[in-house]
Amino acid sequence: MTEVAGARELSKEALLDAYRTMRTIREFEERLHTEFATGEIPGFVHLYAGEEAIAAGVMAHLDENDYVASTHRGHGHSIAKGCDVKGMMFEIYGKDEGICRGKGGSMHIADLDKGMLGANGIVGGGPPLVCGVGLSTKVRGTKQVGVSFTGDGGANQGTFLESLNLAAVWELPVIFVVENNGYAESTSRDYGVAVDSYVDRAQGFGIPGVTVDGTDFFAVHEAAGAVIDRARNGGGPSLLECEMVRFFGHFEGDAQTYRAPGEVDDLRATRDCIVRFRTQVVDAEVVTDDELDAIDEEARALIETAVDEATAAPVPELDELLTDVYVSY
Amino acid sequence: MARTITMRQAINEALDQEMTRDPSVICMGEDIVGGAGSPGEDDAWGGVLGVTKGLYAKHGDRLLDTPLSESAYIGAAIGAATCGLRPVAELMFIDFMGVCFDQIYNQAAKFRYMFGGKAVTPVTIRAMVGAGLRAAAQHSQMLTPVFTHIPGLKVVCPSTPYDTKGLLIGSIRDDDPVIFCEHKAMYDMEGEVPETSYSIPLGEANVVREGGDCTIVAYGLMVHKATEAAETLASEGVECEVVDLRSLSPLDLDTVIESVEGTGHLVCVDEANPRCSIAADVSAQVAQHAFGSLRAPIAMVTAPHTPVPFAPGLEDAYIPDAARVAKAVRSTVATGA
Repeated sequence: MTEVAGARELSKEALLDAYRTMRTIREFEERLHTEFATGEIPGFVHLYAGEEAIAAGVMAHLDENDYVASTHRGHGHSIAKGCDVKGMMFEIYGKDEGICRGKGGSMHIADLDKGMLGANGIVGGGPPLVCGVGLSTKVRGTKQVGVSFTGDGGANQGTFLESLNLAAVWELPVIFVVENNGYAESTSRDYGVAVDSYVDRAQGFGIPGVTVDGTDFFAVHEAAGAVIDRARNGGGPSLLECEMVRFFGHFEGDAQTYRAPGEVDDLRATRDCIVRFRTQVVDAEVVTDDELDAIDEEARALIETAVDEATAAPVPELDELLTDVYVSY
Repeated sequence: MARTITMRQAINEALDQEMTRDPSVICMGEDIVGGAGSPGEDDAWGGVLGVTKGLYAKHGDRLLDTPLSESAYIGAAIGAATCGLRPVAELMFIDFMGVCFDQIYNQAAKFRYMFGGKAVTPVTIRAMVGAGLRAAAQHSQMLTPVFTHIPGLKVVCPSTPYDTKGLLIGSIRDDDPVIFCEHKAMYDMEGEVPETSYSIPLGEANVVREGGDCTIVAYGLMVHKATEAAETLASEGVECEVVDLRSLSPLDLDTVIESVEGTGHLVCVDEANPRCSIAADVSAQVAQHAFGSLRAPIAMVTAPHTPVPFAPGLEDAYIPDAARVAKAVRSTVATGA
């Protein structure tokens, strides 16, 4: 019944927005999984499917003035932060109308106007940058906050640990979200981390933390709301650990032989955050299946159009090679 | 007539004037105030060599002492630069860049390009460079070539108090990340510096001495070694033109080539190790673009391909000196006479 209670605390509009965000991310990633196999997409992509409730649950508390630093698995954060979905698809296809003019690709999707400081190809690259967001906010006396997303693997980087300390001693308005999907690339989280909880680590740096089930949108939403409000109102940094699941491999093309047989099928059957959300909101009788089905169709149509247009779009002119760089040689 | 102040004072004055002019300018670094949270006096150090001493009294909390945590605070300076501030971060010794290099070359340097021109990162990172203080292998390097290699970074290394003030102000106002290299052996060097604020554009070399027989290209402390050599050579009847690059990225190749076209001879002086150095880079470019003007092979005078040694005699032998520069000039001028 608590799950139903959570659904009743949000407005219908907020629930539909959250579902639209999650469905759009899922559709985006599932479609990329299919399209990547055709060989049309350059480079490599890391898919966020299965983790949508975290991006949606955290970003629901942010606006365009707040900043987010993402990871290599950044499509979901970018969509939830308001980046243009078609622009992202164009970018992933390396096209001129991409959100970064085809110069960044999947791992560097960014839009500063939306407060998206970038997906990041360097594991652990983002946390220090978000300390800078907090510093800027404090110096300028604004109410903005910064949110750093880091995987369970990235939380072993020195940059992450140093950032916990810096944020603590400077009492910065930042939140460190640890997306614990159980795998650092192919290596089990338990192999690479000696403590049971990332909250223990945060406490070691004098930062409060909380662990939630990252497949439960309402749990994420409630916990994120509390730590973001705290940061926004001068309470300093927090850590939010989200235990969640990864539906695809580390990258597309990863055979995932390190996972147990049937593991992904089981996760999809039992821990799908979108299925869970649907059940919660429909059982609470605040949203109908028809309304959600309409959003499903809307997301499908958006991604269909995005892929069609992206595949047909022009590539950057070759003289773009030498623009947007501070020093030409 | 302008006052005479030290390079240390010139840096301090540039920071002071920019912080006064622009509230988005902040300074941060290890011990740049000194004594934070300690029971003794505030502004105890003003930086490990006293460069920022006194700024705290004027600008207070816009000078931040940081934990000894280079990745976090250099990254924070970079992050803050993307969203509203114009930070000047001091990294103490450039040798420590290894600790936080990712934030500099994968983050700050690349944002503008890989985000399709949508980001600016106006951060200045000040760091001490160079040998001569018996500080040994991990506190004495001239790592300018490492940063010059990275697209997206600007690299500055001034040779006088006047240039230091103007180039630092120019760096702070620049929208790109700048690695501002201060030679630690030059902090007490005096020179005339106007009290008013002024900016020197990055990417403009300075011909500090004119001469028609041989071009000597240098930067930082090596400009003074080159000038000293030029004076010796003048008494021998050889007139050298000394070009101070001032900024290594952008590089003012036009001024170098124009000089070489006049002299026909080139000696490149660099305190960095020789492989892939600024000297090697300038030599290669002159060979590509002005080969027809050269009357003799280009000569390079650099540190040897070794770490910086500790023993004073060894360190003195490591650093290029005026005698080596003069010898190289004599050799090239004799070859192409």
